[in-house]
Amino acid sequence: MAAESADVGRQAAGHEPRHGLRIFLIWLVAAAIGDLLIWFVLGPHMPPGAMSSSAASQQGDISVLSVVAAPVMLFVIIYFTYALAVWRHREGDDEDGPPIHGNTRVSVTWIAATAVIVLSLFVFGFVQLWVPAGAGAGEGAAPIWKPSGDNDLQVQVIAQQWIFTYRYPQFGGMQTTALVLPEGRNVQFNVTSLDVIHSFWAYQLGVKADANPGVNNVAYTKPKQLGSFGVRCAELCGLFHGAMTNVGTVETPAQFESWATATQARLADVTKILPPYATVYDPTVIPNIGKALIKLGITGANGYYYPPQDPYQP
Amino acid sequence: MSLPVRIATLLVAFAAVVAGGVFVTIHYLLAGPPVVDYTSMAKAGQINVTMQTDPQNTVSDTPDWVSYFIKSPQSGQWVHTTLLKVPARTQVNVTIIGYDGCTPLRNQLWGKVTGTIGDVEHVDGKPVTVLNSWSSCSVQHTFAIPGLSLNVPIAAPLNPNLCGTSPCTSGPHTVNTFSFRTPAKAGIFVWQCRIPCGGGFIDGNGGPMSTLGFMAGELQVVA
Repeated sequence: MAAESADVGRQAAGHEPRHGLRIFLIWLVAAAIGDLLIWFVLGPHMPPGAMSSSAASQQGDISVLSVVAAPVMLFVIIYFTYALAVWRHREGDDEDGPPIHGNTRVSVTWIAATAVIVLSLFVFGFVQLWVPAGAGAGEGAAPIWKPSGDNDLQVQVIAQQWIFTYRYPQFGGMQTTALVLPEGRNVQFNVTSLDVIHSFWAYQLGVKADANPGVNNVAYTKPKQLGSFGVRCAELCGLFHGAMTNVGTVETPAQFESWATATQARLADVTKILPPYATVYDPTVIPNIGKALIKLGITGANGYYYPPQDPYQP
Repeated sequence: MSLPVRIATLLVAFAAVVAGGVFVTIHYLLAGPPVVDYTSMAKAGQINVTMQTDPQNTVSDTPDWVSYFIKSPQSGQWVHTTLLKVPARTQVNVTIIGYDGCTPLRNQLWGKVTGTIGDVEHVDGKPVTVLNSWSSCSVQHTFAIPGLSLNVPIAAPLNPNLCGTSPCTSGPHTVNTFSFRTPAKAGIFVWQCRIPCGGGFIDGNGGPMSTLGFMAGELQVVA
């Protein structure tokens, strides 16, 4: 009651406190503390980590966005809390609030601040797509953002229900179920599918690219840390979509060369029956073989590879 | 209507709704093919599993779907399922009698035998490490457990007069044998055929390819 009486007294005497300044100072301190905590404490632990150039770039992006978003969120919370505490309804005060018909200064400040934030993030986002060569995202068959240098390791990601396989054209076109990458070398992923739509998501590498049949989707990254990373399909693709995972590894260049050479030799017998390396594979080529088999009277899978009524639309 | 009658009616109606929900859950949502249990069949750390692949199955409501069958070690009868339970740390000796005709692999990599003991299978008694399904009509299905890096192409018979009644007991077939070891830890490992053998479905991917009990299954490893 004493505080309320004092407030009423101040208002009556024209000593209304400078609420705007109070809120601003509280917000300034809270925002500074929050941003420092985000940048220096949370930042290094932000997903997806810093295992590759694209992952580190994404981690930095998330940190920057958090640093920008935190003051906005804190302003809303502080203003709301301040309003509840200071401008709450008081016992016996049945007077209407003052009629407000706009405040040009507040409006201009609000619009200007919002415009600066949005336009800054637009420029930042564009640069962050450009500089880290697409930021690990699939750029389609003709990528406009490429890493500098011409020593990229080419890795073709072939998705099919329900497994990823990897083809290394620089090692005889061998195809493996293991994804092994060298540290410190640019990697160009050429992602495609042999059947339905999948999505290649190497989480810790910060690489994600849709795998569409008949389409080559290119994504870049440069592994920066040794260790293992998870790969999963990020596009619902059927019964065992949830099991469409595997673990890749980043090894030293020497270890990678050793693995690649040994694997190339081990898989030589099956590599020679693979189709020539291509950015995409057309499954309709295979039905031609099926038709030839049908002519011979040799049929399977219920009679045909693709029955004449395919594709069947339920 | 008196109060006791109204309460009783309410309770009966509630019980009916619950019973209906339980019925739907058990008969539709939890329904699935049976599990063939090999856990008590281990001798000297080994079990023998026998399966067959058929060009159709005449024991279900989708008779034109290709299908696996597993022989029950208890009854000796063929069971229309792809779920099998095996003990951990055990050598599994598999025999797959392939009654179906050939279909080209979409990915030739699956023509290579991997994950078996010695990375080899025996087709009609002959050791095989790679089957080329594009140069000859040599593969009908595959038995693949990605979680165990296991991939075995099932050879196809070269006679088109395939068995017409399931489970097959006669007709052209191949006998494919191989062995692999189950892991030390318990778990469920999905397995599937990698031939797009879902005739009548887009790209051959639907139907039996995507249905437990036909061309997709689970290896349940029990510790």
